[in-house]
Amino acid sequence: MTDMNTPLSKVRGLGSAKSGTHHWFIHRITAVAQIPLVIFFVVSMARNMGGDHASWAAWLGQPLVAVLMALFIANSCYHMRLGLMTVVEDYVHEKGNRLLATLTLTFGTILLAAFGIFSILRISFGG
Amino acid sequence: MAEFSLPKNSKVGKGKKMAAADGATNVKTFSVYRWNPDDGENPRMDSFDVDMDNCGPMVLDALIKIKNEMDSTVTFRRSCREGVCGSCAMNIDGTNTLACTKAVEDVKGDVSITPLPHQEVIKDLVPDLSNFYAQYASIKPWMQAETPMPEKERLQSYEERAKLDGLYECILCACCSTSCPSYWWNSDKYLGPAVLLQSYRWLIDSRDENTGERLDNLEDPFRLYRCHTIMNCSNACPKGLNPAKAIAEIKKMMVDRQG
Repeated sequence: MTDMNTPLSKVRGLGSAKSGTHHWFIHRITAVAQIPLVIFFVVSMARNMGGDHASWAAWLGQPLVAVLMALFIANSCYHMRLGLMTVVEDYVHEKGNRLLATLTLTFGTILLAAFGIFSILRISFGG
Repeated sequence: MAEFSLPKNSKVGKGKKMAAADGATNVKTFSVYRWNPDDGENPRMDSFDVDMDNCGPMVLDALIKIKNEMDSTVTFRRSCREGVCGSCAMNIDGTNTLACTKAVEDVKGDVSITPLPHQEVIKDLVPDLSNFYAQYASIKPWMQAETPMPEKERLQSYEERAKLDGLYECILCACCSTSCPSYWWNSDKYLGPAVLLQSYRWLIDSRDENTGERLDNLEDPFRLYRCHTIMNCSNACPKGLNPAKAIAEIKKMMVDRQG
């Protein structure tokens, strides 16, 4: 089909989506939250290095540690989903592929977060 | 997906070589992108040896000399020859800039000149900027006010006027927008740094009464939020402006109005 639309009509397109700020702002908030959570994660890993299974399980059994670890997983996955969605929007232009990428990304990150948090709780509750 | 390589008929070949006039001692070689829509050939890089002892100091001077004395078919836009009109924007030595304000002596070795990147080429160094201009029109770049015109001018304090500094100087040469990777991949929807800087120029004009509607129009994952602070725009601007900062200010306004 020959496209006879004027340049202005193409630029205006379907109008503004009236969204975008929320995505951008939450991405920044989750980034700020990552600062203490990543420090906690790295320091904990370094301090428990070389420990056996029982010592790791005991570490994860502490309520504060379990909560922080669950938050770390949840926040990382949320932040990752927002960031990768931006990458998909940047590079995947074909509508079918875009939808497929969006579904894979959304389901994948939720699955990752669910498995991560379930594992933490299971060890934490002594499973 | 975004296209990362050139299609077959856009592969750039080697063109002809034109020597400088006999007896020239101070010679500089200019490698110029050539493409003619009428001859069905692939683009090529023609090379011109220019006698710099008989040439002005800027790249535009050399291009005009080439067109006048060596090959009259070399096609490019130019007008004011002093960095005010923005016509002669092109990629020189790998950077988008104005040919009229870029000194030849600042380029080491041969001077390679290509059109602004990632725009369709009309001929040689002339890019098709229809989309860019339509994007500019889409932000309604004029003062919108409902309060009836006062008897004299609409007043503005010195401080309010100062907010337009660093914005009103933009000449819309498109050096910044065409240097932006995000604009390369999504220029059909992303407005790009030049047009967003112009948007901000109207958003913070104290005399304008349509700030909310202007922001509504930009509230979009593509129109505004394709900016990933790559900063090529601020690097490229031949007028020394900072489009990246203007875009950041728009994002701050977007958050501010959330409450």
